[in-house]
Amino acid sequence: MTALLAAAVAALALVPLGYIVTATVDVGWSGVAELVFRPRVADLLWNTTRLVAGTVAVCLVLGVGAAWLVERSAVPGRRVWHVLLVAPLAVPAFVNSYAWISLLPGFDTYAGALLVVSLSYFPFVYLPAVAAFRGLDPALEDTARGLGLSTWAVFRRVQLPQLRVAVLGGGLLVALHVLAEFGALAMLRYPTFTTAVYDQYRATFNGPGATMLAGVLVLLCLVLLLAEIRLRGSRRYARTGAGAARRLRPVRLGALTGPALLALTALVALALAVPLGSLARWMTTGTSAGLDVATLATTTGTTLALAAAAAVATTALALPTGWLAVRRRGPLATLLERSTYLGSAVPAIVIALALVTVSIRAVPALYQTAPVLLAAYAILFLPRAIVTVRAAVEQSPPLHDDVAASLGASAPSRLWRVTLPLLAPGIGAGAALVFLAVVTELTATLLLAPTGTTTLATAFWSASSALEYGAAAPYAVVMVLLSAPATVLLSRDARRGLTT
Amino acid sequence: MSALTVTGVTKSYGRTPVLTGVDLHVPAGTTTALLGPSGCGKTTLLRIVAGFDDPDGGTVDLGGRVVAGAGRPVPARRRGIGFVPQEGGLFPHLSVAGNVAFGLPRRLRRDRSRVVSLLALVGLDAALADRSPHQLSGGQQQRVALARALAPEPSLVLLDEPFSSLDASLREDTRRAVVDALRATGATAVLVTHDQAEALSTADQVAVLRGGALAQLADPRTLYRDPRDLDVAAFVGEAVVLDGDAVGGRVASELGELVLGRSCPDGPVRVLLRPEQLRLSAGPGPRARVCAVDFYGHDARVELQLPSGRRVSARTEGGDLPTAGAEVSVGVQGTAVPFPVPAPSSAPAPRTETPTPA
Repeated sequence: MTALLAAAVAALALVPLGYIVTATVDVGWSGVAELVFRPRVADLLWNTTRLVAGTVAVCLVLGVGAAWLVERSAVPGRRVWHVLLVAPLAVPAFVNSYAWISLLPGFDTYAGALLVVSLSYFPFVYLPAVAAFRGLDPALEDTARGLGLSTWAVFRRVQLPQLRVAVLGGGLLVALHVLAEFGALAMLRYPTFTTAVYDQYRATFNGPGATMLAGVLVLLCLVLLLAEIRLRGSRRYARTGAGAARRLRPVRLGALTGPALLALTALVALALAVPLGSLARWMTTGTSAGLDVATLATTTGTTLALAAAAAVATTALALPTGWLAVRRRGPLATLLERSTYLGSAVPAIVIALALVTVSIRAVPALYQTAPVLLAAYAILFLPRAIVTVRAAVEQSPPLHDDVAASLGASAPSRLWRVTLPLLAPGIGAGAALVFLAVVTELTATLLLAPTGTTTLATAFWSASSALEYGAAAPYAVVMVLLSAPATVLLSRDARRGLTT
Repeated sequence: MSALTVTGVTKSYGRTPVLTGVDLHVPAGTTTALLGPSGCGKTTLLRIVAGFDDPDGGTVDLGGRVVAGAGRPVPARRRGIGFVPQEGGLFPHLSVAGNVAFGLPRRLRRDRSRVVSLLALVGLDAALADRSPHQLSGGQQQRVALARALAPEPSLVLLDEPFSSLDASLREDTRRAVVDALRATGATAVLVTHDQAEALSTADQVAVLRGGALAQLADPRTLYRDPRDLDVAAFVGEAVVLDGDAVGGRVASELGELVLGRSCPDGPVRVLLRPEQLRLSAGPGPRARVCAVDFYGHDARVELQLPSGRRVSARTEGGDLPTAGAEVSVGVQGTAVPFPVPAPSSAPAPRTETPTPA
């Protein structure tokens, strides 16, 4: 029964991929060749790869460097820096992009895109790096120092090799996000596959052109995902021991304290102060024309309702898979779990495109209705819910069920008195993560929202696309405020993975 | 309190047989230890008795009622069996009081005095009642788990390696508190362990499981002094095994002439001595060379090499110890247990590895 439900969930998650594959088969080889092997696609490929490679490189340097300063050096105010370095996650990338382009209209270049996207995504490397530093056995570093290694040599020869898996995992996550990024790059007018799919869709609806571009994009994602899976297989080697009982004495920076502080300040200023400052500026200038409180309230209400519905639906869908992955370990459970991860690694633009077509063909009545939008959210954010549900099931071994049975509790009574109370925190956390992700979701919502339904993200998008920066600001502010709690959760729980 | 009778129970997981026909009788009001190396099926047997797993064949009878093996098995929750899992298995979302009262009927769950008296039974202070399980030490968790199992007044209590996760210092106290609580309630109990010292000191009778079947069921003294075969002998304690020929109740061995403790037909035998039966002296007698001395304080273990090259251990008081390399003479106190060698040259070599001395 559980396996059937989980299989249905996996099937739902694989709908977009299946759509791309069948569409490719329909188009045929000559069609694919005609649509894919052309200069436009080569341009997009070059644009996309250099942006992905550049962003990953910048994020690795920023993330690992900042993590080392916060976890291993004696730089003043380490706890404050930690919060400030995670905080950029509360600003959606497309809001960050808006903040920069509205300040510097000439920012629509490769360098601009690289800067904006890196500033939005470096915490994806920073967080696992911090977690890995915390998990390292300090005795190894002490031993290395005892063998006469300098601080730099300890970093290069002892810490870095152990951080490798965690940090590369973060880097791959950044790469997947950049591949899927639509809002930020569309606003900077930097064309990648994702923005091109959107433009093509707007121009020709669901023509084979958009689908084939989406196919190339999915292929790029799959390559990254394969790398991720291989890396994940070796991840356990990176976790050493159950954390250090003893705190390591931080490395004194001496004369380098000033430059280190300056670097951190610059990073936080660019990643946090610029977007927030720009938002504040547009809030003050924009609202002089009058803030439409009623519209803002309605839009916020719609967004919260959608997010709540998506959180409930996605968590409910995650339960069978999460349960199966722990209690019925085996190839089937792994396959079903991986299928949902695979499905959600597909960029939102492709998921939306697939659901548009599939709903029109299969159930026309559902096209542009809330259920299809909720299905897109579920496919996108299932892994977040599954990971937390799974962790919760792991916390609640079958032993408790056995003990309760031996004490005379019936099956419903065991579910009510033992299993649910033990799972509740995990289920709640998963639902909260999905909720917060939906609040700032832009791409799928743009394509799938029922006519007349406006969310904070789409309202912000239409205002800023029309260059009405002031009118867009209030929506962005509400989104940032709503995202802040998720950021607090992430900064506290640095050991947990981010999306998967 | 009910007696437990297990008859011919078999169980396989896939193609791997785990239990190959176990017979076991536990008289009402007594404690039985299930002793065996890891993987011998003792936990599986416990789970079948508890009702968490069903046997492939055989029956489980609890106080005259067949609970498994005849028709539909009685579900775990209707068996009235208390279960204490390996690491306590306390419900993390409930306080100590909530855990202890879990199996009580709803109207009794709020009865504070009941919880307090159950805690007192296992030697815990009433002040712990409002703590969370994670605030307790391992030994305290184990005791709370026992109080929880005893609360509904079960006819049988099962304990799955209850002390294996505890430090040596906590283990002894916890073991004693558990034994006292079981005695005080007169409960019938089955305890799974792989620690022979724990089995011998805790239980009224010990069941040695080997390869999915019962090798011997006996009280601790009989098991140690008069084991059924050399395998059981080596499993329940360190063994000194010598070869010889039995003639009229005596055996001529490397350590001189030994008196046999039970009758035995004349012919080739292997005899069992325990290390504490060997006495070392400087006087006349069979000679041996001291290879190593492990000093434990209260006593010591001396490893000896006999002239034939065979190595044996002696346990002596810690007072006057020989040094490694010295020559000593070895005397034997008490009787030896003979095991006739069935056919020449086909006798299987007995297991000589012994459990680490406590």
